[in-house]
Amino acid sequence: MLQLDKLTKRYSTGDLALQNVDLEIPNGQIIALIGPSGAGKSTLIRSINRLIEPTSGSAILNGENLTALNSSGLRKARRKMGMIFQEYALVERLSVMENVLSGRLGYVGFWRSFLRKFPQSDIDEAFRLLERVGLDHMADKRADELSGGQRQRVGIARALIQHPELLLVDEPTASLDPKTSRQIMRLICELCDERGLSAIINIHDVALAQMFVPRIIGLKLGEVVFDGLPDEMTPEVLTDIYGEEDWEATIRKIEDDDEEDEELL
Amino acid sequence: MTSENIAAQRIWTRPPIIPNPNLRWALIIGTIIYLIASFATIDVNWIRVYEGLERGKKFILAFSNPNFVDRWDEISYGMIESIIMAFSSTVVGVIISIPIGLGAARNIAPLPVYLICRGIIALSRALHEIIVAILLVAIFGFGPLAGFITLSFATIGFLSKLLAEDIEDMEKSQAEAIKATGPSWLQWINYGIQPQVMPRLIGLSIYRLDINFRESAILGLVGAGGIGATLNTAFDRYEFDTAAAIIIIIIAIVMALEYSSGLIRARLQ
Repeated sequence: MLQLDKLTKRYSTGDLALQNVDLEIPNGQIIALIGPSGAGKSTLIRSINRLIEPTSGSAILNGENLTALNSSGLRKARRKMGMIFQEYALVERLSVMENVLSGRLGYVGFWRSFLRKFPQSDIDEAFRLLERVGLDHMADKRADELSGGQRQRVGIARALIQHPELLLVDEPTASLDPKTSRQIMRLICELCDERGLSAIINIHDVALAQMFVPRIIGLKLGEVVFDGLPDEMTPEVLTDIYGEEDWEATIRKIEDDDEEDEELL
Repeated sequence: MTSENIAAQRIWTRPPIIPNPNLRWALIIGTIIYLIASFATIDVNWIRVYEGLERGKKFILAFSNPNFVDRWDEISYGMIESIIMAFSSTVVGVIISIPIGLGAARNIAPLPVYLICRGIIALSRALHEIIVAILLVAIFGFGPLAGFITLSFATIGFLSKLLAEDIEDMEKSQAEAIKATGPSWLQWINYGIQPQVMPRLIGLSIYRLDINFRESAILGLVGAGGIGATLNTAFDRYEFDTAAAIIIIIIAIVMALEYSSGLIRARLQ
């Protein structure tokens, strides 16, 4: 269970990016976070693992108050939160395998990681995950040789090898084509279901969020303005979140052509 | 063409870099006047130049007849000393530069560390090799030790600065992604930052080896050992043929270094 309690972030420029965000996410639930650019979606998920320091309020993950942790406590807590990024954020000059194994850094000592002598159990797990995302034959390729969809799969494997309790997912499909976007969203949601993981997925694409995610949170100017089921997303709700526009075409339009792309890659 | 079309033509010129026309023209005219005034102060003694041409000619002719043989022992000794000086000072300089470079990168170092490291870099860069060498020769006496320390010190200023700038230019997202997995600080550097800056670090180190070798030829002139000392002696004895041999060897080594550094850097990307 992740609980956000009056989480607030004010940047040093004075911009209020998050205002008293209260949110509860039970274990195993996936939520989509939607909202216009600058609404604070990115700030919200980074305030949870404190890549951005929240100004006030608290974030509590399974009973542990993340906002109160000192730096070594934070390091241990970050191991429990896998993160997936918009531009994949793989270390480009490292191999696919090294990128995946970097998810274990919090669990191994410096020399083991420096010499790339990870425990056999980690290597087995890395191969299992790469196989699961369809990339086990790419283990020794350099990350910058991969296509966008492949990179995001490596990013997913890196997050999952942490054995996280929570996934923080920042615009996973923003740089991908529509088909790959769906495959990646489906993969993330499937993996979360398999492992009983809860996840927060920032996403621009409202239709994609409706397709895969059972609960949607709307964020506007740092405040939660919507919290409900995909079916409750009406044009009025979207107007409230994003502003005036013709929303009829956006909602659930791609529902019917959903089934044809089951294969991965 | 109708009159409306002509009326619709709008003039466009590229906006000037300095918007204020008075300031712009003042700068342009000021620069020209300064340039003319500067050239006017250069006092050329043409008679002296004419006489010097003769010596210059002798010197250049010596190149057609370089003498590697008569002073070969001194030349090879100086050359080996220079190579050892250049190599060891580069290695030591690079090793010291890495922590200072990390500390001098504003995006990863806290402010006090940053200021100290930038201070060290500024000090190293402010003092030219020759000045440092003169000081160190006064402390350690004549010989390659002074040259070695001088070049190590100069390497720190060069390499730390460029390494720090490369770290500041790195892709933040890659380092952020590694940080999000909960690594220790050293692991974070090793996985999130080192892969991003490694090719440039290696390229710069080879380039610095090249510079250090050339500098070692100069440092001999102030007594800090190396091939420069041999070269200086050759000039003092008016042995231009030996000097020519030394200069040819220096050019050959620098070219070899240049060529190999190009090869290595091309393979690193």
